[in-house]
This record gives sequence, C-alpha cells and structure tokens, in this order.
Amino acid sequence: MNPVTYARAADVPEALRLGAQPLARYLGGGTNLVDLMRESVERPAALVDVTRLPGRIEERPDGSLLVGAAATNTALAEHPTVRTRYPMLTRAIVAGASAQIRNMATVGGNLLQRTRCTYFYDQDGARCNKREPGQGCDAAKGFNRMHAILGASDACVATHPSDMCVALAALDAIVHLQGANGARTLPLTDFHRLPGDQPHIETLLAPGELITAIELPALPLAAHSTYRKVRDRASYAFALVSVAAALEVRDGLVAGVRLALGGVAHKPWRAWKAEQLLQGRPATLEYFRAAAAAELAGARPLRDNGFKIALAQRTIVAVLSSLAGDTSMGDSI
Amino acid sequence: MAMTLRINGSDTTVPADPRVSLLDLLREQLHLTGTKKGCDQGACGACTVLVDGKDRILSCLALAVQYEGRAITTIEGLADGALHPLQQAFIDHDGFQCGYCTPGQICSAIGMAEELRRGVPSHVTADLAAPIELTHDELRERMSGNLCRCGAYNGIAAAIDSAIAEGHEEARS
Repeated sequence: MNPVTYARAADVPEALRLGAQPLARYLGGGTNLVDLMRESVERPAALVDVTRLPGRIEERPDGSLLVGAAATNTALAEHPTVRTRYPMLTRAIVAGASAQIRNMATVGGNLLQRTRCTYFYDQDGARCNKREPGQGCDAAKGFNRMHAILGASDACVATHPSDMCVALAALDAIVHLQGANGARTLPLTDFHRLPGDQPHIETLLAPGELITAIELPALPLAAHSTYRKVRDRASYAFALVSVAAALEVRDGLVAGVRLALGGVAHKPWRAWKAEQLLQGRPATLEYFRAAAAAELAGARPLRDNGFKIALAQRTIVAVLSSLAGDTSMGDSI
Repeated sequence: MAMTLRINGSDTTVPADPRVSLLDLLREQLHLTGTKKGCDQGACGACTVLVDGKDRILSCLALAVQYEGRAITTIEGLADGALHPLQQAFIDHDGFQCGYCTPGQICSAIGMAEELRRGVPSHVTADLAAPIELTHDELRERMSGNLCRCGAYNGIAAAIDSAIAEGHEEARS
C-alpha cells in the first residue's frame, strides 16, 4: 500500500476542508476502498475518515426518511420504519455482502463502491479504461459472464455491484451533497453515470464533494415491495440479476409501480419503460411479461452473459407476480 | 504518532500508521495470532473480531486507525479462567477440522447472537416485523460470511446452535 495520510473529520466543514487536499478520498467503513488500496487500484494520498459524521436516521414531518451518510448498512436495514415502510430496502441490504461487512459499510460508501469486474482489479494483467483511461477494455471480449447487458459501451461493460442502490433507485431516493459551493441534491437515478467513453467517471460528484445523507420520500406503495437477487450461490455473492419492485394493484389494475434492476448495468437500472407500460394496465402475467420484454429490448449480450436477458425478464415477472398476490405465476416461469 | 485501542480489556498504545489493518496490528505488532488471516480481502471471515464487545467486523478490511479509542475483542479475550461457552461448544460438537477458521467463527457467532437479540433481519427472514427465531436456515445465512474450507459446517452449526440455545452466547469484554 502506498503512503497515505489519515485524518478523522469531526464535522462536515472539516471533512470538506480535508477533502480538498490533492488526491484525497473520503473513507467510510473501508470495505471496498481498503481492499482497492491494497491492490494499488486506488492510490489516495490522503484519507478523510467520515464515519463519525452524522449517521442518524430521522423521520421527518412530511413522511420522508433522512438517512445520515455515516449510518451503517446494518443500521439502515434493521430500522423499524425501513422494515415496515420500505421493506425492499431492508431486503436489498441483507441480500448483500456478509453481516460483518454490513456492520462496517456506510450508506454513503455503498453508493461509491467500485465495480467488481475482475479486469478492473487486475492491475498487472489486464487493460481497463476505468482504471487507466484510454487503455482499452479486456472484459469486453474476455470472461464476461458477470457483466452488463444494458447501457454499456465499447469502453466499459462493468456493472455496479450494490444491492442497496437498486432499492434506492426504485424508491426515488434523493442524494444530499455538500461541496465547496454549498449544498445540493440529486435523484439517485441521476447520481451514477453510464460509462460512455469516460467510464472512469462514475458519478456526478464534483471534486471534494461529500455525500451527507440519503432521503427516502414518503412513498406509500413502497410498503408493498420486495427485492429478489439471483446469484451463483445462496448467500454472500454478487448478483447476476436482481429486481427491486413495489406494486399497488387496485381493481385488478396497476395503480402504482416502481421497478429497478441490479447486476445488469454500470448503474442501478431504473426500469422506466416497464413502469410506464404497466401503469394503469391489468396486473396480469401477460402485461408483466410484455413490460419485462420491453425493458430488456435494448439489451446487448456479450460472449458469456446472454443468459441475463431472459433471467432478468423472468425475475421481473416473478417478483411482480408475487407482489400481485399470484405466486403461481412466479413459480411457473 | 501513537494511538490507544482497548484490546481484550487492556488499553494498548501502538504507532498510528494509516496503512496498517486492524488484523496486521493484532497479529504482527501485538502478537495476538488467534485472529487469522485467510483471504485478506473480505471474502472468508477468518479475521472476524468484535467491536465494543458486540459488533462483528472483518479486521482485514479495517484500518486500525479507524478504531482508535474503541474496544476490540479477539478470540484471546473470550476465555475467562474457563473457556467461553462457545469455545467449549466447538469442542463438544467437533466444530472444526484444521481449526483455522475457528476463531473467526466463534467471534462471528457471538456477534450474530447480539444481532438476534436486537432483531436484525436476515436474507431468509420471512416476516420483517415478527420476532426472529434461529432456525436452521437463519443460522446458516447469518454465518455465511465465515467460510470453512474443511467443510466442518455441520459441527460448527451444531456448536453455535447449542451455545445460543443455552443462552451462553454473550461476549465477556
């Protein structure tokens, strides 16, 4: 590991001041950054520990929930309000990593975790545009079973590894930021970028800008929501495909729906197209299938990951069917 | 620069090098070699220790400087004259073969017991609002961050199950 300085920020202004140093990185639980530093993929000159900044989870009068960025993944998953009003979020978090890692990892850090593409990690043996801009991408024609099918580019086919962020994308979460020029907010669905020809730029964060909180808007239909993750083993593995969904059915019609996918793109993939097709339509297998097919219509398979297109569609249909109360539909596909 | 951590009940002052993981601090500087280095990248759980007597974490991914002023419990800090009940349960139920993953398994199980007491849900919890019962599936899911390459899982699960059933799971810190 390269030489690095360390300072613990006592408050946001101090964090911003320290974060303005050259090659500074904010440090949360360290579960991703420390690993990447050891691999020399990340080489910060200064670490600014932000784990002692606010991590409070606050219910606000307008029904929203404000989650301090330093809250641990476990704290958010076990919060009674999250379990009852946003169950997909609890389910997404506990589907990720292991209990030990969830106890360390912060909410802010979860948004900023880097891809688990093995070519990105392979400093000595592989080319990666994310690690070294302009170098080329060995994943595009390599072993790419885990890689993206939606929104990828010739420069990068990596996926975003977070489970939590998939639920946040579906829940219309808002990211609160603080920087040298003051505070601002961004919808989570805009916070992460698609790779384009600059895959090394993963978010809209300005240099030195800090995530201070995540806001979950009041969203009554989210009380009826879930998260389903398909992976190579039953626990402690990254998603091949995952689906976060909330569904409200009234008189047999879709009165409200939120849908997002994980494991398929460079960012948590909000299924806007499928949602639009479902709104106001019958909550039936036929419409669920059509919406899933439309969402995946633009998918581009790589050598090894073509199976994800059907898998994503089937998982969407299974999750929507189970939320609609017809488990037989989910089981039969 | 120096810093102080409370390791197994004793205030311990060590140099504050930001590159040193909590795992390497324990093993290389304090010679507490009970905590094991398996993968050193957060995949195996062999390095699991407890923070403030209750929260299980991976010491390989933890920079030691982040834990200044905190209490760390390792496998060496569990026995108090007699073996900790979980240590005894691992012997009684033959919860190991080579033993390399055992310290991490035991610290992890103590942390799991605390999470159960708080009612933290897991991936296999069916009802997020109901009290949690430590079923066969719950135990295995909650311990999935601790790998055993010998495959002694049946004995490990039996040991943890019996120790928790007997209510002896609390960490002495």
